[in-house]
Amino acid sequence: MGNYFSGIFGPSPISPLQAHMAKVQSCIEELIPFFEAVIKGDFDSATASHQAISTLEKEADKLKKELRIRLPSGLFLPFSRSDLLNVLTMQDSIANKAKDISGTVVSRQIKLPDPIDSSFVQFVSRSVDASAQAQTAINELDELVETGFRGGEVKLVEKMLTELDRIESDTDHIEAEIRLALFQIEKDLNPVEVIFLYRIIDNTGELADLAQRVGSRLQLMLAR
Amino acid sequence: MENAYLILILVTTFGFFMAWGIGANDVANAMGTSVGSRALTIKQAVIVAGIFEFTGAYLAGGEVTSTIRKGIVDPHLLGNSPDLLIYGMLAALLAAGIWLLIASRLGWPVSTTHSIVGAIIGFAAVGIGMDAVKWGKVVDIVLSWVITPMLAGTLSFLIFRSIQKLILNTDRPFNNAQRYSPIYTFLAGFVIALVTLFKGLKHIGLQTSTGENYFIALLVGVMIMLLGYYFVRRIKIDKEADRDFHFANVEKVFGVLMVITASAMAFAHGSNDVANAVGPVAAVVGVVQSGGAVIQESVMPPWVLILGGVGIILGLATYGHRVIATIGSRITELTPSRGFAANLAAASTVVLASGFGLPISTTQTLVGAVLGVGFARGIAALNVNVIRSIFLSWVVTLPAGAVLAIVFFFMFKGIGFVSIS
Repeated sequence: MGNYFSGIFGPSPISPLQAHMAKVQSCIEELIPFFEAVIKGDFDSATASHQAISTLEKEADKLKKELRIRLPSGLFLPFSRSDLLNVLTMQDSIANKAKDISGTVVSRQIKLPDPIDSSFVQFVSRSVDASAQAQTAINELDELVETGFRGGEVKLVEKMLTELDRIESDTDHIEAEIRLALFQIEKDLNPVEVIFLYRIIDNTGELADLAQRVGSRLQLMLAR
Repeated sequence: MENAYLILILVTTFGFFMAWGIGANDVANAMGTSVGSRALTIKQAVIVAGIFEFTGAYLAGGEVTSTIRKGIVDPHLLGNSPDLLIYGMLAALLAAGIWLLIASRLGWPVSTTHSIVGAIIGFAAVGIGMDAVKWGKVVDIVLSWVITPMLAGTLSFLIFRSIQKLILNTDRPFNNAQRYSPIYTFLAGFVIALVTLFKGLKHIGLQTSTGENYFIALLVGVMIMLLGYYFVRRIKIDKEADRDFHFANVEKVFGVLMVITASAMAFAHGSNDVANAVGPVAAVVGVVQSGGAVIQESVMPPWVLILGGVGIILGLATYGHRVIATIGSRITELTPSRGFAANLAAASTVVLASGFGLPISTTQTLVGAVLGVGFARGIAALNVNVIRSIFLSWVVTLPAGAVLAIVFFFMFKGIGFVSIS
């Protein structure tokens, strides 16, 4: 005889969401060795790093699609399904952005000019911090379900998101400094190169913005 | 009465088979979570379930059994033709059993209760006459099928909210889990003992007054509370376990509580579902014992309940352990704290319904309770389509059981092996 009671429990989307974020995080973390190699002028290592980023981005994409398939509309979730899918999309865009950045640098063989190269690694690593903080918050989802999205656990996650905001504003400051430094030397550089440098700065700055948006979508998931 | 032995053998065989099926399949719903969370091993689960299913069936199964036996069909109208009651009850058992076999083969969610009630209504309404059915009682029963899952859902919602308030959403959930768990274990023991006592335990020679009932229930509650407290105190906090999931140690405390409420659920299940198997047996035995008279007042022999209890245990031992293992591995989402809340709510509701003699679906009640936790945002994902189909299944099960019972009824009547001299 078959038993149908177990059928009422749907597949939990939480651990796949966390697995996706972990993949995204390892993808964006690869940007640090990538830029270190770029600054050193070691284009072989940089290309290898870019390959790694690209592979991780593809893997994240696959996880994203799998989770979407696992999430039919007939599921009763403790949060809105569209909020969850929004978080997933935001997470995925971090990996996409990382791949964009490394792709642009590699394809145009961009070198970071002298005064901005040291602060750039700091810029990237602070952006990685932002997405790591988003991941920490996402990893609290099990605990949030355990407590039924109430009480101290919600406060804890909100504290994490406040910290995420702080990290994001750090990256804004670093970005402003780098932009200023580049502005001061841009007339001595090849204009096309300058355009692409600005684009890379913009894109790197967006990493933390996206991480912050993961956080704000998570906040929407909490409040129902 | 001719063929009395044949009739008795037939009806006890059918009834025993039904009880076997209930033990093989439905017990797993109560125990699966305890096995899934490793609070119990499969062997322990089978033993615990066996003990509580049997005591539930034997101590508290009488009321629902007499509803199935004489609450749906009016025996007064059968005064001159007890053979029709025998054919009918045999047909109902066979119909419900076969329908359950077909449905579970096809993976449809059906309830033994709905099958047997549908079958009895079917043979009585068509085989004997519309007047033979006590429609008032039938309406009560059908209403209870709507109300009990809702009641269990509301209860589990409130229980889960109280867990959140007292334990989960506090700064020291582990300590609070240890501190407040006696309240819950006491409640579980008290409620179930009280309802069982109020239903009466005359058949085991125990006659108690209202005051005594409260006193004994209090005593049972305290005993279970102390037992639970002993095991809860023995749990030592394991810092390593909390690194990944901060509530791992808290859930261990709930593991103890869940075993207690799962036992309560097994008791409740035994008290309600044994009737599906032995209600018709009791009806037939009553007629045969009185030599062919349909006597409404005849006392139900306790061995009928024992037969049902033993059948359930046998089903559990021969097949149920496998179902428990499968379910246990599939419902890991129902962590001990949730399993505890759902089981406590469902067990209380089912025992209450059993006290009123209402044959309800224990599975639907448990599903209602799980939904209650879901509404408190406590479960990661519930499958709405499956839940809907479980609740809607009785709309199909009632007529299916009825039609099959009508067919078997006329078949038996055609063979005509019962003759009253």
